[in-house]
Amino acid sequence: MKFKSINQEQAVWAYTFLAFPLLLISVFIFLPIVFAFGVSFFDWNLLIPDKPFVGLGNYIEIFKDDVFIKAVKNTLFYTIGVVPTQTILAMFLAFLMNQKIPGKTFFRVAIYIPAITSSVVTSIIFVWIYSKPGLLNFLLSKLGIESNIDYLTNPSTVLPAIMMLNVWSTSGYFMVSFLAGLQNIPQSLYEAAKIDGANTWQQFWKITVPMLRPVTYFVMVMSLIGCFQVFDQVFVMSSGGPDNASTTMSYFAYQNSFKYFRFGFGAASAIVLAMIIFTTTAIQKKYFPPDSY
Amino acid sequence: MKKIKLQKVFFLVFLLVVSAIYIGPFLFSLSISFNTNKDVFQWPIQLIPDSVTLANYKSVWNDLPFARWLINSLLVTTIQTVSNVFFSALAGFAFARLEFPGKKLIFTLLISSLMIPGIILLVPKFIILNELHLVNTYPGLIIPGLVSITNIFLMKQFFESIPKDLEEAALIDGCSYFRIFWQIFLPISKPALAAVAIYTFQGSWNEFLWPVIVLYSDNMYTLPLGMASLKDELQTNWPLLMAGTILISLPTLAIFIIFQRYFVEGVASTGLKG
Repeated sequence: MKFKSINQEQAVWAYTFLAFPLLLISVFIFLPIVFAFGVSFFDWNLLIPDKPFVGLGNYIEIFKDDVFIKAVKNTLFYTIGVVPTQTILAMFLAFLMNQKIPGKTFFRVAIYIPAITSSVVTSIIFVWIYSKPGLLNFLLSKLGIESNIDYLTNPSTVLPAIMMLNVWSTSGYFMVSFLAGLQNIPQSLYEAAKIDGANTWQQFWKITVPMLRPVTYFVMVMSLIGCFQVFDQVFVMSSGGPDNASTTMSYFAYQNSFKYFRFGFGAASAIVLAMIIFTTTAIQKKYFPPDSY
Repeated sequence: MKKIKLQKVFFLVFLLVVSAIYIGPFLFSLSISFNTNKDVFQWPIQLIPDSVTLANYKSVWNDLPFARWLINSLLVTTIQTVSNVFFSALAGFAFARLEFPGKKLIFTLLISSLMIPGIILLVPKFIILNELHLVNTYPGLIIPGLVSITNIFLMKQFFESIPKDLEEAALIDGCSYFRIFWQIFLPISKPALAAVAIYTFQGSWNEFLWPVIVLYSDNMYTLPLGMASLKDELQTNWPLLMAGTILISLPTLAIFIIFQRYFVEGVASTGLKG
C-alpha cells in the first residue's frame, strides 16, 4: 500500500486496529452512559407503551421512597463497616506475609482463594454456614456461646453477615496489593530502626504504615467503590430481605429496573448511587490524599 | 534472639489459623459434597464425613441441567477470553506505537469511563440490547464482554516498555504494522497476554450480574446463574448443591494454582483487577 506519509499510514492502521474495540465500547459503554441520564428523566416502564417525560420526577420520588432511604442507610452502614476492616486486615496480613516465615506461597494462595471463587459459590456455602444449625452456630456452641439464630433471616444480623462474607472474600486481593507496596519499602529503613531499638510494632506504625500510603489510598478507593456496588451476595443470599434489611442501593436499582421494570426510576436511582460514589471518592482524594511523606 | 523466634512462631500460628478460616468453608463444602448423609446439619458438624460417596457428583450431571450450563459457560468464557487477548493486544499496540489524530482524546475517554460505576450502565445496556433483539440470546450474553478497557490499558502499558529498536529494523525493511504486531510484539508479550487471559477467564467464568439481567431461559444459563437458580429448590439437598459449587470452582481454582504468580504480578504492576 502506498501512503502520502508515515503519519497517514500509522493513522489508517491505528483506526483499523481500533475499529472493532471502539465500536463495542461505544455501543456498550459510551452510549449507555449518555443514555442513562436520558432514561432517568422519563417514566419509562418496559411493560407500558406510554413513556412520558417527567423531568426530575423520578429523582423526587426516589428521595421520598422509604425503601430507598433504607437502602442508603444499609449501604452506608455496609461501607463504613467493610472498608476500614478490609483495609486494616489486608495490610496486617500483608505485613505478616512479608516476614521471614516458611510456607509463604501456601498462605498467599490460601488467603487469595476466596477472591477468585465465584460470588455465587461463596454465597451458597455461606448460606449453609449462616443457617440456624449451620457451621457458625456450631463453632460458637463449641466456644460455649449459645446461639440459635439463622443469620440471614434475622433483620439485625443479615447485613453484618453479608459484610463479613465480603471482607473474607476480597481481603486476599487487597493483601496482594499491600504486599506489592511493601516490596517498595527499602529494607535499610527497617534496619536503621532496629539499630535504634524499635520493636516490630513500632516499625509497623512508624515505617510501614506511612510508606504504604499510596497503596492504602488505592485499596480504600477500590474497596469503597466495590462496597457501594455490592450485589451478587445480596441477590443470592437474602434478596434484599428480610423486609429490606439487606437492600443495598445497587440492589434497589436492580430491583426497580429488572423486577418491577421501572426503567426510568431504576436508572435514576443508579445515577444517584453513581453521584454518591463520585462525591465520596472526591472527598477521599481531598482529605486523605495518596501522597506519601 | 529467642524473642524474635517466639514472634515468628506466633506469626506462623496466626497465619495458619487465618488460612484455616479462608479455606475452611471450601473444605466443608467439599466434605458435604462427598457425604451420603443428606442431613448436613447434624451436630457435631464434622470435616470428614462418616460415609463417603460420589453419588452426589453423578447426580449433578444426571439430574441437573449442569452439562447444558457448562457448555454455555465454556462457550461464553472461551470466546470472550480469546477475543480479549487478541483485541486488547491489537488496541494496546495502536496506542503504544502508532500516532493518529484523536489518540489522546480517545484514550482519556476510555480511562475516564473506567471510573463510571457499572451500575448505571445496566438499564441503558439492556434497552440497547432489547432494541437489537439480543435479549436472552448468546450474542447478547457474549458481545458486551468481547473487549475490556482494562485489558487494553494493561497491554498498552506493557508494549510501551518494549524498546523501539525492535521494530525499527522491520520498518526499514518495509514490514506492515500488522506484521510487526503479529511477528514481533505478540511473541514477546506472553506474560502480559497470559495475565489478560487469566483475568478475563476468571472474570467471565464467575460473571453473575450481566447474565442474570440478560437471560431468562433456563437452558441458556451459565454455571453461576444455574446454581443460583437452584439454590432455593435444592436447599433440602445440600450435598448435591455443594457438589455443584465445587465443580464450578475447579477450572478457576486450577488456573489460579498453576498461574498464581501472574495474578500477583499483574495486580501488583497495574493495580487493576481484570
